[in-house]
Amino acid sequence: MSDLTRQLQQQVLSARSEGRQLNIVGGGSKAFMGRQSSGDLLDVGQHRGVVSYQPVELVVTARAGTPIGEIEALLEEQGQMLAFEPPRFSDQSTLGGTLACNLSGPGRPWQGSMRDHLLGIRLINGRGEALRFGGQVMKNVAGYDVSRLMAGAMGTLGVITEVSLKVLPRPACQVTLVESMGLDEALRVSNERAATPKPISAVCWWQGKLHTRLAGARSSVESTVQQWGGEPYSEADEFWRQLRDQQLEFFAGDTPLWRFSVSPTAPQPALDGEWLVDWGGAQRWLRAAGDIERYEPVAKEMGGSVTLFKGGDRSGEVFHSQPHALQTLQQRLKRGFDPDSLFNPGRLYSWM
Amino acid sequence: MSELANTRPSPSPNTGPDRGQLAQLFRQFIDPDFVIEDPETQKPYECDGLSMYCEMPLLVVLPETVEQVQQVMKICHQHQVPVVARGAGTGLCAGAMPNRQGVLLSLAKFKRILEIDPLGRTARVQPGVRNLAISEAAARHGLYYGPDPSSQIACTIGGNVAENSGGVHCLKYGLTVHNVLKVELITVEGERLTIGSGGLDSPGMDLLALLNGSEGLLGVVTEVTVKLLPIPEKARVVMAAFDSVQAAGDAVGGIIAEGIIPAGLEMMDSHAIRAAEDFARAGYPKDAQALLLCEVDGTCEEVQEHIERVEQLFHRFGATSIRTSQSEAERALLWKGRKSAFPAVGRISPDYYCMDGTIPRGQLAHVLTEMQKMSEHYGLRVANVFHAGDGNLHPLILFDANVPGEFEKTEAFGAKILELCVQVGGCITGEHGVGIEKIRQMPVQFNPEELAQFHRIKAAFDPAGTLNPGKGVPTLRQCQEYRSIEPPSAEHPAPSSCGGSHV
Ligand SMILES: Cc1cc2nc3c(=O)[nH]c(=O)nc-3n(C[C@H](O)[C@H](O)[C@H](O)COP(=O)(O)OP(=O)(O)OC[C@H]3O[C@@H](n4cnc5c(N)ncnc54)[C@H](O)[C@@H]3O)c2cc1C
Repeated sequence: MSDLTRQLQQQVLSARSEGRQLNIVGGGSKAFMGRQSSGDLLDVGQHRGVVSYQPVELVVTARAGTPIGEIEALLEEQGQMLAFEPPRFSDQSTLGGTLACNLSGPGRPWQGSMRDHLLGIRLINGRGEALRFGGQVMKNVAGYDVSRLMAGAMGTLGVITEVSLKVLPRPACQVTLVESMGLDEALRVSNERAATPKPISAVCWWQGKLHTRLAGARSSVESTVQQWGGEPYSEADEFWRQLRDQQLEFFAGDTPLWRFSVSPTAPQPALDGEWLVDWGGAQRWLRAAGDIERYEPVAKEMGGSVTLFKGGDRSGEVFHSQPHALQTLQQRLKRGFDPDSLFNPGRLYSWM
Repeated sequence: MSELANTRPSPSPNTGPDRGQLAQLFRQFIDPDFVIEDPETQKPYECDGLSMYCEMPLLVVLPETVEQVQQVMKICHQHQVPVVARGAGTGLCAGAMPNRQGVLLSLAKFKRILEIDPLGRTARVQPGVRNLAISEAAARHGLYYGPDPSSQIACTIGGNVAENSGGVHCLKYGLTVHNVLKVELITVEGERLTIGSGGLDSPGMDLLALLNGSEGLLGVVTEVTVKLLPIPEKARVVMAAFDSVQAAGDAVGGIIAEGIIPAGLEMMDSHAIRAAEDFARAGYPKDAQALLLCEVDGTCEEVQEHIERVEQLFHRFGATSIRTSQSEAERALLWKGRKSAFPAVGRISPDYYCMDGTIPRGQLAHVLTEMQKMSEHYGLRVANVFHAGDGNLHPLILFDANVPGEFEKTEAFGAKILELCVQVGGCITGEHGVGIEKIRQMPVQFNPEELAQFHRIKAAFDPAGTLNPGKGVPTLRQCQEYRSIEPPSAEHPAPSSCGGSHV
């Protein structure tokens, strides 16, 4: 429960002066993500603790090394939650790591992502400067949105030391319906439903079953259940938790796990392997040997991108390639934050 | 990259072609009528919604294709001519104010809605499309675009992206940044980039988030794909009057604590209530000290359930009167007063100046009380209309520009309000942007290292600083004008002479 900003700053400065590179680690639960990286360990996991939480302000601020579970337990006491349902790949999943990877759970299309709920951060850049961007208020457009720039940057821009997030009240009622149907029909049904003003909060298709979660005022959830029919699912909470944390049977084993982040209406491509479709069609998981060069054009055709999320060859590129101009822009941004390339070399792309 | 890049002044006008030569270059590919040189035709472009800041540009151009925009950018890049993009010019921070040595690039001709995908719930539009036009076009599919700035009849989606605009309903539905999926950007070099995708996220750094709110400093937006939302089955608004600002402020906290996220939660103080009522005849109680408008939307059942709870809660927090809309017409009427509050205040004073700080909700009563003291100190009235749900204040300082010195006094008062917002843990702008107007307050919110980091971001996109120069982030030169100069340090020669420290 201590503030280690000074020590972290010191470690960055000495790495800089000694020409060493740093591998930033929170809880280590996402070590499998991104490319293989090198560098000396920079442990943010001990820089932890909730700094402030005022339920009426709907804001929580915590140090980057704080475990997600600890924050969620605190919010739950007040009937609140992190609406983006951060995955916990282990008990050690931290706030900072979740932001760096921009990870969000099943509710993401309806409740928003990690970056959507982000209000502000503190950051140590490659010059060893401790900086603060954004804040603890709901709206802030002074200066560039540096906080959100961190989402998905995989720690390549700096050491996130503190995060402020918007929190929301827990829904009064949740019901999950399960219906048997093929994937093509599931995509059609879930998109049609998403265009109607009903309290949908998650939609996932797996093994011939469409799971639709409704959340909100009791009256509204109940009337929608009546209208749509289908079977209320008694194990629902466990299902969504296992989906969020990738503990469903689908995620087990060593076969490479691919993530397609695409338009929810994109027709399902004919690629071999087992599929699980989350986010109402916008996030599609594939278990298959495959290779990124073959999947990229498919993902592009589907309006999005593909990532080798877990397993497979982590020395090649694992994220969808970037057009040259965007690559240059991100390299320039990297230099602007981390001129000596201290942080997580190559973790995001080989050229970063 | 050299730190000194941050301090580079606006490019020198002497190196490039003069006005006539530049116009000649543009007329080779743009309809000559829309390459504007003469002051009379240029006049409407001299300022945005903050008309105290005016400047005439070298040239105004109105291209009509993306290729023409690219061509304009390339020529300006080649000759190091500043470019200022402009949407509808409703901005309130002088962000679209022209540069005297530069080109004002109006996107007014980019008015087409390119595609609406009802099943995928997206709209792909050109940057000059008005905010409201998107919702109007989507309505026949039962969909709408969430962020609804009060200026939505006029302001453009390109301007909304540039300012990360909010609106009455952003408490529940988010700001522009939460509702944009993809943007086409023309870089300062004239290159065409696509940022974002048809999916909900893209690999790498979140450049899309960086562009939202970047005030035209990083590129010119030529196409925007936005999310559309299903129109709620029902929406109703509860109006509650209170005999003190404190009581109304407590009620705002009460609603949040109750676990309800209203679609909108707006507050007005007594000056604003009276002005709005005289203007809109919405039935506001003119003797109230504070008024809350709380809108609840969702399914019919949900709205019924929440409306009852909101009414009870307002009673519990001592509301002196409560009225709930019984029809769409009544809902529209209750909102009419709020939505016309700015022009209404414009009628009770020759001029008004709109501020835009954000504070933690819990500080509402404190900040309003302090503001009242400042109002007495400066001898200027202040009316308050604001997005109470997310703590975004819009104090309107009433003044008369014809009284010598009164505008200067107003600016000083405004600056004090913004400093107070930062002091209580808030920020200097919630949705209107920094532009030129709030550039002096940037060092109150950010220290020199943070400002330097902003400059490095700018430099990654625009190394020579020709895009909307002098706006958004203070340069060394500007800082020198604002405050006494410390000797520059060896390590941070650029911004070290400006900037304050955190609270
Ligand atoms: C009465 C009134 C009420 C308002 N209410 C609200 C409100 O509720 N919420 C809110 O957030 N704002 C509000 N505003 C402020 C203003 O309407 C918004 O900032 C709006 O987004 C500006 O859009 P615009 O098209 O007028 O942009 P402009 O004023 O033309 O430009 C604004 C900025 O965007 C840049 N820009 C414009 N187009 C582009 C482009 N295509 N590419 C790159 N940069 C571009 C300009 O350079 C400038 O910096 C209000 C203004 C008025 C006058």
